[in-house]
Amino acid sequence: MTLPAEARDRYIVAFDEAAGGKGRPSWLRRLREEAKERFLADGFPEARHEDWKYTNVAGIAERRFEPPPRDDDGLSPSGVAGLLPGEDAGNVLVFANGRYREDLSVRRPLPPGVHLGSLSDALSGKGDALVPYFSRAPANAFADLNTMLMEDGAFLHVGKGVEVPEPIHLLFLTCGGGRPSMVHPRNVIVAGEGSRVTVVERYAGLSDAGCLVNSVTDIATARCATVAHYRLQEDGPDAFHIASLRARQGTGSRFAAHSFSLGARLSRSDVHAVLDGEEAACLLNGLYLGDGERHVDHFTTIDHAKPEGSSREYYRGILDGRSRGVFRGRVIVRKDAQKTDARQANRNLLLSREAEADSRPQLEIHADDVKCTHGATVGPLDEEKVFYLRSRGIDESSARGLLAYAFAADILRRFDLPGVRRASEERLLGWLPDSGRIREFLDDPK
Amino acid sequence: MRNGNPMLSVENLHAAIGEKPILRGVDLAVRAGEVHAVMGPNGSGKSTLANVIAGREEYRVTAGSVLYEGGDLLAMPPEERAKEGIFLAFQNPVEIPGVSNLYFLKAALNAVRKHRGLQELDVVEFRDTVLERLRRVEMGEDLLRRAVNDGFSGGEKKRNEILQMAVLEPRLAILDETDSGLDIDALKAVSAGVNAFRGPERAIVVVTHYQRLLNYIVPDFVHVLVDGRIVRSGGRELALELEERGYGWVQAPGADGGGEARL
Repeated sequence: MTLPAEARDRYIVAFDEAAGGKGRPSWLRRLREEAKERFLADGFPEARHEDWKYTNVAGIAERRFEPPPRDDDGLSPSGVAGLLPGEDAGNVLVFANGRYREDLSVRRPLPPGVHLGSLSDALSGKGDALVPYFSRAPANAFADLNTMLMEDGAFLHVGKGVEVPEPIHLLFLTCGGGRPSMVHPRNVIVAGEGSRVTVVERYAGLSDAGCLVNSVTDIATARCATVAHYRLQEDGPDAFHIASLRARQGTGSRFAAHSFSLGARLSRSDVHAVLDGEEAACLLNGLYLGDGERHVDHFTTIDHAKPEGSSREYYRGILDGRSRGVFRGRVIVRKDAQKTDARQANRNLLLSREAEADSRPQLEIHADDVKCTHGATVGPLDEEKVFYLRSRGIDESSARGLLAYAFAADILRRFDLPGVRRASEERLLGWLPDSGRIREFLDDPK
Repeated sequence: MRNGNPMLSVENLHAAIGEKPILRGVDLAVRAGEVHAVMGPNGSGKSTLANVIAGREEYRVTAGSVLYEGGDLLAMPPEERAKEGIFLAFQNPVEIPGVSNLYFLKAALNAVRKHRGLQELDVVEFRDTVLERLRRVEMGEDLLRRAVNDGFSGGEKKRNEILQMAVLEPRLAILDETDSGLDIDALKAVSAGVNAFRGPERAIVVVTHYQRLLNYIVPDFVHVLVDGRIVRSGGRELALELEERGYGWVQAPGADGGGEARL
């Protein structure tokens, strides 16, 4: 839908403010201009667009988002201490309203050959190394909007053969000062040949204002590199959260994208992984929780471009209240990609009659010697299991809570990072009713 | 031999699944210390009887009453029945991925103990209790570390049921076709677990299609359930007679003592 004149003016003003900064490379200026032209021409996606059939973004299009407040976020190191990861210590880059905040960040020594810093710093010179990542085709209008308006994010480069022992945390805080604001975080993660690194992206909303968080993360894994990426989305209850994660994998590389989505009134998360070298392996593993009127959409594409790749995709959702979960799992196996082994499973647990889930596997197979499976389920708790637990003296609400927990924990157990896994389990428990009694089943009796 | 009030008293029990009547007037009285066998052909309502006593809500009681320790059992939710000492060993134990067998046992035991006014067991006491019971059913310790019944063989699931029974120490245990799908070793182990559990304060109802299990768990009473009614009751010799002559014998109209039998 074409933007109304008023909105058009607003986005042009925002563009001039964001892109007008000094010292930015000319190639970026050009890419931003192109993105702006496309966005102003096409506007936000409409429901009749196939990729947006189940997710209506009119609420975003209609809202007057403003650039976030500059300096009055009131954040202090002691104030954000509780938001930092308690375990899995490592570097923590904190971004408040889209801007890097060195004063809030925790910096620790990294092995030689690792560069970690803010993207705006990396772009203050020529930033030529970043050109390929910015040049990737945009996933959708929101990715264009990000390119057009992005100010900052993280840039991580891990050199050939370097293993980064501690995970790197990127914490994005949105604290909107009462008015709806928008931020467009942009991250670039490059893992050199044979390197190994884990990155945790976490989004947390500190205000109730209906902000728009519109992030793009680009990842490249060179030959035999291993990258584990976590995405924890806990934006405020009135926020809109749009995310795009794009990975391009080299030969023999391993990429895992874990996600846990439990915030925002509307969230849409696109993951696009291209297995662009032989024997690449990809894992997408995500959990989403919905309650109230929440709408949560995961839109994934795994593109097997070369032979002998393997992909595993596991998404589960628990939907309560009048929430709605959407999952699209597209798997492409190109003609060259013989001996591909791709498996996909999406399961949705409905805790209320008004909750809804749409699950759409989409396999496009152009090679003949491949193994591809997919499965999708949508349904309530198995009453047989509920009765089994009750017949052992466990009250009904605990039995239901425990079964829901176990359903979701199947995703969280694949989180290899113990601190993130435990924190996620806590968040899940906090979301479920009767968490105290569920805990009894989890405490280790030794 | 049959002194005192029954622990369980089933009177004129009618039950249906949806609109389909399954039980059509069952009478059964079970006293502490007794072992009863309920036998019958497939579809006779044996499992329905077991499940109604345990409180399964899909089975609708349409008439009759069930008293347990003098109280109205049918008014209690399943978890209350469990806490009051009723245990159903499932015919098809449910797999619950993601819930550790050991933690599940501990939570179930603590729920029951709390209800009985007993202190919750500490970890050492709990572990000792479980390991001791585990040996009785000849079950591998590794099964405790796995999720409840998840990927267990048929025999392992049945042993796990008897282990739960041995740990929870119910007053009334109902074994729903616990023998189905068991090889002879598993059958012996399961039976040993049940026999160790027998005692003057406890009662057991064994629901089975075959006489075989009753060679190992010797009942005091045998009842034959056909078409939703108990058509014949007797001692253990009734089971042997059934084995020899088949269910057709009690089902046939005019058969000896089978005045209530229908076909």
